[in-house]
Amino acid sequence: MKALELSKLIKTKELSVTEVVRSCLDAAKKNKHNAFLALDEENALKRAEELQRQLNCQPSTINSQLFGVPLGVKDNISTTGIETTCASKMLGGYKPVFNATVIDKAEQAGMIVIGKLNMDEFAMGGSSETGNKGAVLNPWDLSRVAGGSSGGSAAAVAGGEIPLSLGSDTGGSIRQPCAFCGVTGIKPTYGAVSRYGLIAYASSLDQIGVIGQDISDCAALLSLISGYDERDSTMPIDNKQREGGGNLKGVRIGLPRNYFDKGIDEDVKSAVLAAAKQFEALGATVEEFSLPLTDYVIPAYYIIACAEASSNLSRYDGLKYGYRSENAKNLSEVYRMSRSEGFGLEVKRRIMLGSFVLSSGYYDAYYKKALQTRTLIKHEYNKLFERYDMLLSPVAPTTAYKRGENINDPIKMYMGDIYTVSVNLAGLPAVSLPCGFDKSGLPVGFQLIGNAFSEAGLINAAQVYQNCTDFHTRKPKGVV
Amino acid sequence: MVWETVMGLEVHAELSTKSKIFCACTTDFGGESNSRVCPVCSGMPGTLPKLNRAVVEYAIKAGLALNCEISRNSKFDRKNYFYPDLPKAYQVSQLYAPICRDGELEIETDGQKKLIGIREIHMEEDAGKLNHNGDTRMDFNRCGVPLIEIVSKPDFRSADEVIAYLEKLRETLLYLEICDCKMQEGSLRVDVNLSVRREGEEMGTRTEMKNINSFKAIARAIEHEKKRQIEILRSGGEIIQETRRWDDEKGESYGMRSKENAQDYRYFPEPDLLPIEVSDEWLEQLKKAIPELPPKKRERYIKELCLSENEAVILTSHINISNLFEQILSLSNETKETANLIIGDIMRMMNNTATLPENLTVDGRKLAVLVTLVSEKKINRNSYKEAVEAVFLHDIEPEKYITEKGLLMISDDSATKEAVKTVLAENANAVADYHDGKAKAIGFIIGQVMKKLGGAGNPEVVKRILEEELKVC
Repeated sequence: MKALELSKLIKTKELSVTEVVRSCLDAAKKNKHNAFLALDEENALKRAEELQRQLNCQPSTINSQLFGVPLGVKDNISTTGIETTCASKMLGGYKPVFNATVIDKAEQAGMIVIGKLNMDEFAMGGSSETGNKGAVLNPWDLSRVAGGSSGGSAAAVAGGEIPLSLGSDTGGSIRQPCAFCGVTGIKPTYGAVSRYGLIAYASSLDQIGVIGQDISDCAALLSLISGYDERDSTMPIDNKQREGGGNLKGVRIGLPRNYFDKGIDEDVKSAVLAAAKQFEALGATVEEFSLPLTDYVIPAYYIIACAEASSNLSRYDGLKYGYRSENAKNLSEVYRMSRSEGFGLEVKRRIMLGSFVLSSGYYDAYYKKALQTRTLIKHEYNKLFERYDMLLSPVAPTTAYKRGENINDPIKMYMGDIYTVSVNLAGLPAVSLPCGFDKSGLPVGFQLIGNAFSEAGLINAAQVYQNCTDFHTRKPKGVV
Repeated sequence: MVWETVMGLEVHAELSTKSKIFCACTTDFGGESNSRVCPVCSGMPGTLPKLNRAVVEYAIKAGLALNCEISRNSKFDRKNYFYPDLPKAYQVSQLYAPICRDGELEIETDGQKKLIGIREIHMEEDAGKLNHNGDTRMDFNRCGVPLIEIVSKPDFRSADEVIAYLEKLRETLLYLEICDCKMQEGSLRVDVNLSVRREGEEMGTRTEMKNINSFKAIARAIEHEKKRQIEILRSGGEIIQETRRWDDEKGESYGMRSKENAQDYRYFPEPDLLPIEVSDEWLEQLKKAIPELPPKKRERYIKELCLSENEAVILTSHINISNLFEQILSLSNETKETANLIIGDIMRMMNNTATLPENLTVDGRKLAVLVTLVSEKKINRNSYKEAVEAVFLHDIEPEKYITEKGLLMISDDSATKEAVKTVLAENANAVADYHDGKAKAIGFIIGQVMKKLGGAGNPEVVKRILEEELKVC
């Protein structure tokens, strides 16, 4: 059931908070899609009772649209006392002593954290296969990947286990699993949502966002968790949202022609182009353009992300928390063996890549060049938003692929990020929406990309689109 | 063959801000292990730094005092390395755009003045400490304490110059009140980069010496390292570029790591912090907040307060001394009396009680009360000295002390006359001696009168009345 409807039924007492929480917990415990890594059953039920009492005794104190709604949280977002591992052996047993800002905000609005969601290890990957607790299964076809890295967050919503979840998007990690699982997601502007408590992969690209069944649920959660937090210095104090609302008449949409030229599945291409047609039919103007820097976005992204990751992940040294090799006999062995044994292959690959591009003699050739490319990409987008209100593009070149299919081919895996990473390099907001199915019945998604802090406009466009399409209402077999 | 020693200094100064550079934890020295930490300074996953504005202000003040150019756009970078005292495994520091650049400090050795160039001042966070006690335990209390690193140019040619620079630098930091400069507690740490060359040659290969924790040890370490390098070069050897640890007890240094094993710190811009923009307004505010520094102060003391150069030097030898002087002066308006009080009584008592200037806590307001009383001749000099000592040692309330002890000077004629008469009557022998021309007798008689007056007699009044009465006798 949709989160907003659920909250209404709770407030009208057709459902009790405990009933709702209990049913989510039951589904999560079955863990049909391996989406959950940890459950916080005892606390969730305790909080459900407290919230029910608040509803019964002080109903006037409740003004949240999502009161009583259970929330799933990607395992890289810190939750007090609940194991937070980033799906890594390295952080096994680590329980944060503080909540991420988004968790505090969600809880203050009467939401209940049910448990932690599976992902690619340290959010590095696009298939949610690299975590130490196994792959997330796609609810539409259990033999396929759920996408990543927020695969658990998308699959839990698609599989009907949770109405809303939090994910994070560093290079497409919310948008692509949403597309693979047929659900809706928002990757907010960099700086719109506090990163405090998000365990960093690539600090200048990471952004917490939301995943739900449709855009109105997502928008409700996003408005709860957005806003200035003095603990995150990279947030602007004044982030006034650009106006949105009303119909789509006169909205100018740009369509990157070269995204459809090569390397994209026919079924994906036709579904996304059909969505563009739909927007035209709704009164928007759709115009094609060419993004000239497309060939450089993948290298620029991987250099910057890996460089930052190599530094961010250095604190996992086997000394303070998490995994320590039992075989280590001295300090240098503690470092070397704990990190060799504690991190998975993809994480180690990115740490080595990042260490290399930052090392003396290579910094200028790689890291500095990547930063310069990033600046050019930002300029490119700035120019585009003089001509267009938003851009419409595919999220991924394919639909969900078979588990194991790409896992040993990192380059192919990285190329799957071609349509998503430039949005992170430029710090822009984007929504990911379902727009059809391929021949095998797997969902296809598209994204609307806006200028910085134009979430309101994107949400409005998405709402108008979802009002006249039903892709977002379709469910995998067996999911009610 | 004449050898020349070339040195440059890296001075780390812990800033005395209330809270740490990126969180609200206290910067106080010591404390139980890991009692002054939070998720941010202990580097817990998911935490983010929040820059303490006061740190930037302190660093800019140091830059202004050392004639630096202040960067209007400064950035933080990450210096990556693994060590157990560094919980994030990177130190947030500044490499590419430090807050201050291109300064200078004038020093004087043997009457010769010389400018020492300052390459840059940058801000960074301190690391924690490892406690070795059978096993090794990590203490993160010091993690995140703000530091500035003041990097000089290689302008030093002798240990004397190095010490003169450090003394001047310490004086400046103390006057700015941005660092307590306690080398023993590690709040001022000095690394010496040293190389030698035959006169006229190119710069030689340098070594860097660490772990030197007193000015005397620095002088010893420099002499030792200079000799060591010259001996190696004389016997045809080569200097290895390395970091060396000074052991002051043994008077030796040991290689810690050579350049071949040097770490690649993989510096890159800190993505969790925005660049620091220093506006005109902010900079102006800070310029105004720079206190008068010792050279200016000395000049003013000599020119405007008419003190001697020697007095001016003593009174500006430490910020606590000059602050005390200026406080008493402002309350009493008695320049000479105040200067004498500090240079004489206070210095003597500090000496006797082994009180260092940094620990001087005597209450200037109370001393000013006494300076005023003695200047207005309301107490005599003996009472004054007694009360000053009581303020210094026991922090007594001067007014109360003077009243209770009856030290307020008795200047009225009738009381004095009565005392004089009694004394003269009781000491006929002394009076006789006086009339016989024995000079010593008058001293004895005055002493007896003062005693009668409880020590509070006005010497001038006593003298006048005594002379009158003795004539009569």
